[in-house]
Amino acid sequence: MVEITDVVCSLCGCVCDDIVVEVENNEVVKVKRGACSVGKAKLMGHERIKSPMIRENGKLKEVSYDEAIKKSAEILYNSRRPLLYGWSSTVCEADKVGVELAAELGAVIDNTASVCHGPSVLAIQDVGLPSCTLGEVKNRADLIIYWGANPSQAHANHMKRYSYVSKGYWTGEGKKGKKLVVVDPRKTMTTKMADVFVQIKQGYDYPVFSALRAILRGYEDVVPDEVGGVPKETLLELAKMVKEAKFVMTFFGMGVTHTGARHNNIVNAIQFTRAAHLHTKASIMPLRGHYNVAGINQVLTWETGFPFAIDMARGYPWYNPGEDSATDCLWREDCDSAMIIASDPGAHFPGQSLRHMAKIPVIQIDPFANPTTEFADIIIPSAVSGIDAEGSVYRMDNIPIRLRKIIDSDVPTDEEIVGGILTEVRALQEKEGQ
Amino acid sequence: MEGISVRLISGRTAVQGQNLDSKLTEKYFIEVARCDLNGADMEKLGVAKDDPVKVTTAYGQVVVKVKQDDGLPEGMAFIPMGPWCNAVVNGDTNGNGMPSFKGIDGTVEKTAEPVLPVPELMQTYMG
Repeated sequence: MVEITDVVCSLCGCVCDDIVVEVENNEVVKVKRGACSVGKAKLMGHERIKSPMIRENGKLKEVSYDEAIKKSAEILYNSRRPLLYGWSSTVCEADKVGVELAAELGAVIDNTASVCHGPSVLAIQDVGLPSCTLGEVKNRADLIIYWGANPSQAHANHMKRYSYVSKGYWTGEGKKGKKLVVVDPRKTMTTKMADVFVQIKQGYDYPVFSALRAILRGYEDVVPDEVGGVPKETLLELAKMVKEAKFVMTFFGMGVTHTGARHNNIVNAIQFTRAAHLHTKASIMPLRGHYNVAGINQVLTWETGFPFAIDMARGYPWYNPGEDSATDCLWREDCDSAMIIASDPGAHFPGQSLRHMAKIPVIQIDPFANPTTEFADIIIPSAVSGIDAEGSVYRMDNIPIRLRKIIDSDVPTDEEIVGGILTEVRALQEKEGQ
Repeated sequence: MEGISVRLISGRTAVQGQNLDSKLTEKYFIEVARCDLNGADMEKLGVAKDDPVKVTTAYGQVVVKVKQDDGLPEGMAFIPMGPWCNAVVNGDTNGNGMPSFKGIDGTVEKTAEPVLPVPELMQTYMG
């Protein structure tokens, strides 16, 4: 038995990097400390896909990696408009090769941000983001606001490591010296911890942010007695808490990106933070879901200039979310093949988009079977980044962290598989050129 | 029994997260193929925990098991993010790439129809 310390979790955007595990016979047998229940489940492992497979006459047949990679390249190369989607539960090194593949194919490349914090990205491009690192939150923030988020379930270590419960340089008393505000339409485990729970009417985030902005800017007289189900007196109390705090930190989740005004909700959340700057220090950050969704946004941005939903068909990157985002491409029946890597649209895309995914050839690169497997014509199992493969990822505050390899494996990595497909595509291009 | 009107939201749960890499298991099925309602709404429907209910929106319908969560206001339904919820969400992104996964108007009614496991649910898209 070997104890491994400083293991990095490859599950959510918290990317906890102080985990201790025990490894025996090349398997993780125990997670001793550091991980939440969700991270622990990931580290302990699940049943994996055992071999590459190709679907023939409705049945999956085991094949070699070489055959699966070659066939995948043929499908993508012969497509008019392939979609390369996912990229968030893998490492930046694989993402980089993915961008090269998209460029060679003239493909649409998109990542899971488009069904997660894509609207946040649009808002940030619109008005910027006064943000900080999670370390600064830990050391400075004395008023924590979770808006449209339930970290007790989705980011279970977030409060303990970085925000309400953590103890930092100027926050040595932990939660005793802090206030927690939670804004949500329903009561959750997170709202139960709050000093102030603001039960908002579902979909009314935009006007509530506007009311708070007005109060913080000295126009409380224009705010009606109730906004989005929230009494004016509660809004005044919240504004007072903001004014009196030394450092206000707002984290927002998919409660605001998934509904109503979408990116405009986030624009208003950012403007609320700016209004708080009239009185104190304030910062804001999206609670990113996948452990490297921030990383694929980084890689795409430095390679193409844009963070998600990019169409390479013109020979240069074209960015128009709503047109070249994955769910739209599928719903409009715009793409004629799809390569899905490190994500699961079968589970997480609307049914309207899945109807087209059922009609086109689908290549799946993933360690685990999932609903997308039901659509896949080619399945290529890959190594699990952070367990049997290393690589670079970006935490939700855009801090790069190196995932460690903790067990040995001969399963190829995402980078190797995508690289193999890229090599085959280039060989087909060369052949056609001759 | 007539159905009730609801506003549907979706979201993560810890058990859903624990089974992200094992979505074809019974644990995931039990956790995600469900709809939470306030106890008063369950009473109106005449349903008890784990009874099947049919959720219908303008975008589709799906059968899931019901569970009581009095943290939800009356008239609000919660289905964990996943394939069952996505059978009834609004795929229209209004031109920004993001479907409406939350805030969808629909109805919930008692049903005797079965809850479909993942492979059969995915088959409904294959037609």
